Amino acid sequence: MTPGASRTALIAATALAVAAAAGLGVLWLRQAAPDRFADCGGGAAGATIGGPFTLTDENGRTVTDAEVLAQPSLVYFGYTFCPDVCPTDNARNAEAVDLLEARGLTVQPVFISIDPERDTPERLRDFTDMLHPRMLGLTGTPEQVAAASRAYRTYFRKVDSGDEYYLVDHSTQTYLMLPGYGFVTFFPRDATAEAMADSTACYLAHA
Amino acid sequence: MFLTRILGAAAMLALAALPAGAHEFTAGGLTIGHPYAFETAPTAMAGGGFMTITNEGAEADRLLAVRADFPKVEIHETVEKDGVASMQPVEAIDIPAGATVELKPGGYHVMFVGLEGRPLVAGTMIPATLVFEKAGEVAIEFAVQKRGEGDMGHMMEGMSHDSGEASE
Repeated sequence: MTPGASRTALIAATALAVAAAAGLGVLWLRQAAPDRFADCGGGAAGATIGGPFTLTDENGRTVTDAEVLAQPSLVYFGYTFCPDVCPTDNARNAEAVDLLEARGLTVQPVFISIDPERDTPERLRDFTDMLHPRMLGLTGTPEQVAAASRAYRTYFRKVDSGDEYYLVDHSTQTYLMLPGYGFVTFFPRDATAEAMADSTACYLAHA
Repeated sequence: MFLTRILGAAAMLALAALPAGAHEFTAGGLTIGHPYAFETAPTAMAGGGFMTITNEGAEADRLLAVRADFPKVEIHETVEKDGVASMQPVEAIDIPAGATVELKPGGYHVMFVGLEGRPLVAGTMIPATLVFEKAGEVAIEFAVQKRGEGDMGHMMEGMSHDSGEASE
């Protein structure tokens, strides 16, 4: 296999694993034909990921997917209590956004909480401001957050600890969403900021 | 007086030999390398602590607990499976003789819980006690730093990037 093909296969395999982990069984990933993003190393275009949501932003404002995703966005689902994975992954996303900005490309980092019980708009704003000045934090009612997570095929499960210091298992992939296209690809945890920036720049160039 | 000055100069030289901001603690055959934590947001509830533990002794040891002045301090391991991360409390971390065990982002880490109103501030130190099965209690300090400053986890991630598997 060519490096490109093996990368595509790897990403497709990861996508399937993510879908399986989400309890969805096999998510059929349609290859958008003829894929204008074929050169970008994605391969998951056209998959039914994403959809309408109504959430509360970090400033307490009610926002919809149409408003939030009016600009190219890197979307991650996590929670601020998570001291290790979430800040690490989102610092990486912030770094990718900075690399893109240096190339004159504006991409918005978005952090959607799957822990609305503890993640107030204020707590989210503090968390996202520390990681990137333009990172947008979103939360909502448990129902709104669950609906958004479902639409994006992400998994989360609260691990009850009997106190307020519970942990939440959650998906760690980052979605690239483009206006007019919606979901175009995703990045696993071990993608570097450089790889994300390169891939995102490619998608933006072909959009 | 003169002796104090010489000792002071020696201490400064010793510090100069370490990378900027690095510090370490020793207890018997154990060396605790650069315990650090990342700064947290003002309203954060939890923060993570990291370090390396090198055992140059003849016997294996185990890190049983970490104590610090927070409502809850636990040792956790981040486990990633099929794109889903979960953190699991661990009973103890084995430190085999001759081995270096790394607590780093995405793997083993100390979790400081219940920070409410007392965020981790860059440039400050968190006094803590490591409790080992054999070496006993070891007093250390976690240096709080900004993310991206001497962040060994990032370097490790960069290096393992091409392996194509979920690291840690």
